[in-house]
Amino acid sequence: MTVILMLEILLWIYDGVWRPCQKSVLPSQTVIMAGSTSMEKFADMLAECYREKNSRVKVTAEFTGSSAGIQAVMSGRADIGLSSRPLTAAEKASGAAAYVIALDGIAVITDADNSVTALSTKQLADIYTGRIRDWQELGGGKQPIVVAGREAGSGTRSAFEELLGIKEYCYYANELDSEGAVLARIASTPGAVGYVSFDVLDDTVHALSLDGEEATAEAVKTGRYPLCRSLLLVTRGELGEQRRQVQEIFGYLQTEEGRKLICEAGLIVPDYQ
Amino acid sequence: MDIGLQQSISDVSQGRQSQTLTGKRNHTRRIEAVAESIFTLCAFFAVFAVGAITLYMIANGVPAVYRLGFREIFFSSVWKPAAEDPSFGILYVILASVVGTVLAVFLGVPVALLTAVFLAEAAPRPLAAVVRPAIELLAGIPSVVYGLLGMMILNPLMYRLELWLFHDASTHRFTGGANLLSAVLVLAVMILPTVISVSETALRAVPDQLRASSMALGASRIQTIFHVVLPAARPGIVTAVVLGVGRAVGEAMAVNLVSGGAVNMPLPFSSVRFLTTAIVGEMGYAEGLHRQVLFTIGLVLFGFIMLVNIFLHRLLREEEG
Amino acid sequence: MKAGSPDRFMEKETTLRKGEKSMFRKIKDAVAFTLIYLAAFYAVLLLSGIIFYVFAKGVPVLGLPFFTTVTSVVKGTVGIAGNLVNTVYIVALTLVVAVPAGVGAAVWLNEYAAPGRWERLIEFATETLAGIPSIVFGLFGMVFFGTTLGLGYSILTGALTLSLMILPLITRNTQEALRAVPESYRSGAIGMGATKWHMIRTILLPSAMPGITTGILLAVGRIVGESAALLFTAGSGYFLPDSGSGFFHKIMEPGGTLTVQMYLSMASADYDAAFGIAAVLLGIVLTFNLLLKMLARNKLF
Repeated sequence: MTVILMLEILLWIYDGVWRPCQKSVLPSQTVIMAGSTSMEKFADMLAECYREKNSRVKVTAEFTGSSAGIQAVMSGRADIGLSSRPLTAAEKASGAAAYVIALDGIAVITDADNSVTALSTKQLADIYTGRIRDWQELGGGKQPIVVAGREAGSGTRSAFEELLGIKEYCYYANELDSEGAVLARIASTPGAVGYVSFDVLDDTVHALSLDGEEATAEAVKTGRYPLCRSLLLVTRGELGEQRRQVQEIFGYLQTEEGRKLICEAGLIVPDYQ
Repeated sequence: MDIGLQQSISDVSQGRQSQTLTGKRNHTRRIEAVAESIFTLCAFFAVFAVGAITLYMIANGVPAVYRLGFREIFFSSVWKPAAEDPSFGILYVILASVVGTVLAVFLGVPVALLTAVFLAEAAPRPLAAVVRPAIELLAGIPSVVYGLLGMMILNPLMYRLELWLFHDASTHRFTGGANLLSAVLVLAVMILPTVISVSETALRAVPDQLRASSMALGASRIQTIFHVVLPAARPGIVTAVVLGVGRAVGEAMAVNLVSGGAVNMPLPFSSVRFLTTAIVGEMGYAEGLHRQVLFTIGLVLFGFIMLVNIFLHRLLREEEG
Repeated sequence: MKAGSPDRFMEKETTLRKGEKSMFRKIKDAVAFTLIYLAAFYAVLLLSGIIFYVFAKGVPVLGLPFFTTVTSVVKGTVGIAGNLVNTVYIVALTLVVAVPAGVGAAVWLNEYAAPGRWERLIEFATETLAGIPSIVFGLFGMVFFGTTLGLGYSILTGALTLSLMILPLITRNTQEALRAVPESYRSGAIGMGATKWHMIRTILLPSAMPGITTGILLAVGRIVGESAALLFTAGSGYFLPDSGSGFFHKIMEPGGTLTVQMYLSMASADYDAAFGIAAVLLGIVLTFNLLLKMLARNKLF
């Protein structure tokens, strides 16, 4: 009896006091983005530039992964989702809308001392399915291959495996939960191989050329580089239904300045028209 | 402090005077009642919290079991949550947690016990004054820092060991040093402070007569320690070990950085995923059923911890009487 | 060791003083002593190694800009000002929720509760809460405060989650302190006609203050070092609050504490920043331990 009464009271407080409070406290000037670590640099740069440009609207970004980001958008916890994978049918059915904002290449990386600099996609697939286990077989020094990649559910991983046609046939020795962690692991482990999106690349690792194509933005734009994918911004409902502040961000990204920002973040602006 | 106390006693008497002067006894009684109910509410806060956590863990963890079936989750070792035809077997994940914890306890507890013996029985004062704060500090270091060091120092060392051990093994999958053993070593260090401090307390609680009688019978100090004091302190030491188990099972961030993260049979040199690291590592990108299964993993972890807690609770009750 | 039949045992008794046996025993004792000293030495070595390594790698990163600016991806600079502010916010909010609740619970347990079912239930709940790993708190906080109450990724979500986590620390330490208050203080006050609430307010709580403070200091240490429970609740923002109204709005925004930022820096291979933050964290841990020591020696009150 008392328990029920207490629950009633709690519910009443929740409906009558909490909800209205929340509405008034939640700053409508804030735009929350959430999603993929592949888009971390881009989102951080966007947030920073937008702050300097327009001090009234605040952009914050969370990098919890594509799915968590989309989830957050659909449950109203975030305004824009950052996704490095296409929407699933279930997500589309629940009203998510996606917009391609940039193209991204997936670079295959080794530690800086590795003498192997080029692979074919076939060889790469063999490495990841465990048929090739030593760099010797690829013309390098005698050194075992440490196969690293992202965890199950990652957008980068599913894109990588799908593009190579080896989805779920991969045997990883290391599954890491962010792009940076993969980079760090490769940089510090002799003989390791891994994949990361272009925007996190730095000179602590070496990006291999694939099928004779260097890992460059040009090669991605022309479609010759074998591992590329699109990065999406996700909203709940169509863009037209969004708050003004959210629409402004989309607008900003279409401008010359916005496209320059995307390039600076290491991503590739698709050629529209 | 004594002066402060007198001050407050005089406050009390003044309070009484003013109250008797105004004579609002009803008012006083109401305040009393309100105070008591607020304290009661505070006390039940913990119960509500545990209740809510249990409820939420079950509510979020059970649906996946319901949808996939008990067998599909707990007795299958294939973890392919994002495949076209997904498979959600968490057997290896559970095993990794169990094996990792057991190994960490086996490695950590003897060292911890010896250190506790050092502090309680053997150490000259000035040495104890150095060691004890050191242990307390070890307890205070955030687990992320342990992870960072494990990743920077332990993993490369482990990789060398791995290369040396398996230099002509053709079937071994090289992990670059991020494997079960690294995780176990980090865990063994992380449980030290807990086990040391609790067992030191237990050793100190052993009455001095026992030591004196043992020595009087001609036993050496070491014999006394190992044959008299340690057995007498057994309940407390068991408590310490159980606390250590709890700490090791629940540790997430440090082991996530050093354990490799692929779902494998828990062998010393293979890369493994623990219950905790499955959650930390995959929650971000999981959706749908995958996410629900991660909550099931959370529920399994919670179940383990509740077992440990209940065991601990009974131990403490026994100790008390 | 040789297997001992009863008469062997007798023999052992009688020849105990003779050279060989006592030699053996001495060696055994010496080995045991060495092991004991080694174990203790290992613990100290470990700690000094960790501190030395982290400071050696982290201190060179530190500098005024590191503490006073916010990380800028555009300019490529690293700064932890925003994370410091987030940490302060989370610590303060968590304590605001947990300290009254924890102290209240301790007072009830010690002063009001009759030994029995309810008291045992609460003791059990408190113990359980202390044993739950932080990742489980993180999951719970994410779904309960984040989704059910609709607070999302915010400093408030993180603080509420952590307040559950540190509740037992506060309760336990307060309880211990209350137990140490002599019974005569209570009977004295009641005998003078004070009401129970008045007695608690003016006698018990002030005398238990050092214990409560110890609990708070331990709790702050725990909060500062926490990462698993915050990753999915408070998230990872690193900006400073806006001046004016932003000060309060901040609690509804995501914000990563120092430790969370350190984890993220590590995950994005920014080791300089990670070691810098690690050095700051160790500095904080050392300071708090020192404060606790002073408290234990009654130098703070």
